[in-house]
Amino acid sequence: MSDAHANPIPSTAKDDRPAPKAPAKSFLSQLEIDLRLLGMVGAFVLVCIVFNVLTDGRFLTPRNIFNLTIQTVSVAIMATGMVFIIVTRHIDLSVGALLATASAVMAMMQTRWLPDTLGLPLGHAALPWLAILAGLLAGTLIGAFQGWLVGYLTIPAFIVTLGGLLIWRNVAWYLTNGQTIGPLDETFQAFGGINGTLGATGSWIFGLIAAAAAVLALLSARRSKAAHGFPVKPIWAEAVLIGIAVVAILGFVALLNAYEVPTRVLERDFAARGLEMPEGTTASYGIPYSVLVLIAVAVVMTVIARKTRLGRYIFATGGNPDAAELSGINTRFLTVKVFAILGALVAISAVVASARLTNHSNDIGTLDELRVIAAAVIGGTALSGGIGTIYGAILGALIMQSLQSGMAMVGVDAPLQNIVVGTVLVAAVLIDIIYRRRVGGK
Amino acid sequence: MTMTETAKADPRAAGETPLVELKDISIAFGGVQAVDGVSIDLHPGEVVGLLGHNGAGKSTLIKILSGAYRMDSGEIRINGQKAEIHSPRDARRYNIETIYQTLALADNLDAASNLFLGREITTALGFVDDAKQEAETRKIMARLNPNFRKLNEPVSALSGGQRQSVAIARAVYFNAKILIMDEPTAALGVHETAMVADLIKELKAQGLGIFLISHDTREMMELCDRVSVMKNGQLVGTERVEDVTEDDILSMIILGKNPKREPA
Repeated sequence: MSDAHANPIPSTAKDDRPAPKAPAKSFLSQLEIDLRLLGMVGAFVLVCIVFNVLTDGRFLTPRNIFNLTIQTVSVAIMATGMVFIIVTRHIDLSVGALLATASAVMAMMQTRWLPDTLGLPLGHAALPWLAILAGLLAGTLIGAFQGWLVGYLTIPAFIVTLGGLLIWRNVAWYLTNGQTIGPLDETFQAFGGINGTLGATGSWIFGLIAAAAAVLALLSARRSKAAHGFPVKPIWAEAVLIGIAVVAILGFVALLNAYEVPTRVLERDFAARGLEMPEGTTASYGIPYSVLVLIAVAVVMTVIARKTRLGRYIFATGGNPDAAELSGINTRFLTVKVFAILGALVAISAVVASARLTNHSNDIGTLDELRVIAAAVIGGTALSGGIGTIYGAILGALIMQSLQSGMAMVGVDAPLQNIVVGTVLVAAVLIDIIYRRRVGGK
Repeated sequence: MTMTETAKADPRAAGETPLVELKDISIAFGGVQAVDGVSIDLHPGEVVGLLGHNGAGKSTLIKILSGAYRMDSGEIRINGQKAEIHSPRDARRYNIETIYQTLALADNLDAASNLFLGREITTALGFVDDAKQEAETRKIMARLNPNFRKLNEPVSALSGGQRQSVAIARAVYFNAKILIMDEPTAALGVHETAMVADLIKELKAQGLGIFLISHDTREMMELCDRVSVMKNGQLVGTERVEDVTEDDILSMIILGKNPKREPA
């Protein structure tokens, strides 16, 4: 592909071949869009359309899209961390159990431990934040510990986290004596989805800022390339990309804003404040806070993957562990870092998951390890290491959740749902293998 | 031919501190003595070849110098000073660069990322400056391999020669003083092998010291100033290439002794 680029290196006298002329490039290659991304978006759109037809248009309603979005967040957040794990040729089977432990720590913190030890009354403003901090700390430390076992003691990650799957699920049980802990703090619950949203105006403001940031990012990347004299896309291609980004962001906001708060809920809110609801009042939910958390995680993880040394070392180690070590990279400590990052992300997911349920229950996060690994793999992360993207993992989580909830809406039997999801996982990997063979990668 | 000490026999070495002195180096893996009391030195602007069968200990010895292995006993001196080399990072601090037999490239990353792996150029904010790295890669590639164009593709998409250029560029870019080349031409075609040979001569002229490992005795006779032969972890001997024939070297490799040095 890059042979077609204008040759930036002055050719030597010996080189008597004519300068390669750029052949006419296809529309897509001029846009420089990843084909794999296109395939995943295509698969997602297909799933949506099929279920929309099967449900007589109920699948693609603002309400269902809103629900789909908040159901995806927890798995999607963890999947971004799983990408780093799988890229470095490891695996983490303990995320679901670790989510339960983090959730238990946070639930106990805000309902028992902090009120009992510090004397903070239930509903105190500091409770949810201290609880979240404790959960994050627990998740990160446990993740780092498992990473240490893998990296320094060289126990295979499969074994360490298989043990972790049993251990952390039952540590959670001991922390709570097997009880369901709730209701959780109201501020804490705001991270769950429907109980905490930006509202119409806030969502539009966020959408505009996000669109502006996307445009700026695309333009500054172009400027940086041009400054070094590298070939850049034609300006129309850049314009098309910017157009797609802006429409996608604002379209998403418009969709979420189209889901309006039911009238009886509004009446209840007004009544709670001792007010009479004016006739014809409407309000939109807008973007849930949990989705904002996911977006923040996605941006940070993408920046780590693409722009930091840590990210470069993660991918180099996945591509060739020996080369990474010979280049002076401390691959053992890198393993600790990668597991610690996933641990922190699991704790963030625990906030979202328990807030959505408004309580901590024993079975929270059960089977999440499989959903998270599946999301990462459907999103194009190669189990052989070295290859994977953050956006792919999020799209993978979205595709899985769409399948699952679409089938539930159509009324497919629960066992059959799992059979379909399992089949899709295997098929997705097969398609990926065939695609890579065609493209000539590994 | 009558002199017994090779170091004195080399005029370049007269009164000059060697760039590298490996003294009495030993390392064992399990019960196997991979390198057993080997001493070799290297002077600026000199190419010293290491020869021997597979498993003779050449690569192991060289990996001790490049920081990949830790020796059990012995001493490394760089410019006459005792050097502590415990990791590849330490070796790089002494301007020792290594081009490994297996190339040590991350196949999934592009040429620039590989060239700067472990030593990325960062922006003021601490992010990897990909554009700058690519610009620098273009510069050095224009010098080493003007036909190199696949800058934005993973190195798995490159030919053996192009991959080798990336590995060599990595060593040259960071101003190596001591270069270790482990089978640099093993995977290359005729034309590319000649290119590497030219490059070795050029680097030698710039005053680098080069350890070269190869199985190709003829190539070694052409490129090296001195050759050291190893067998079963021990040093058989070090000879100036003018003083020996290819047959002499072969018998050193196979029999473990130099027929010309045998007492009559």
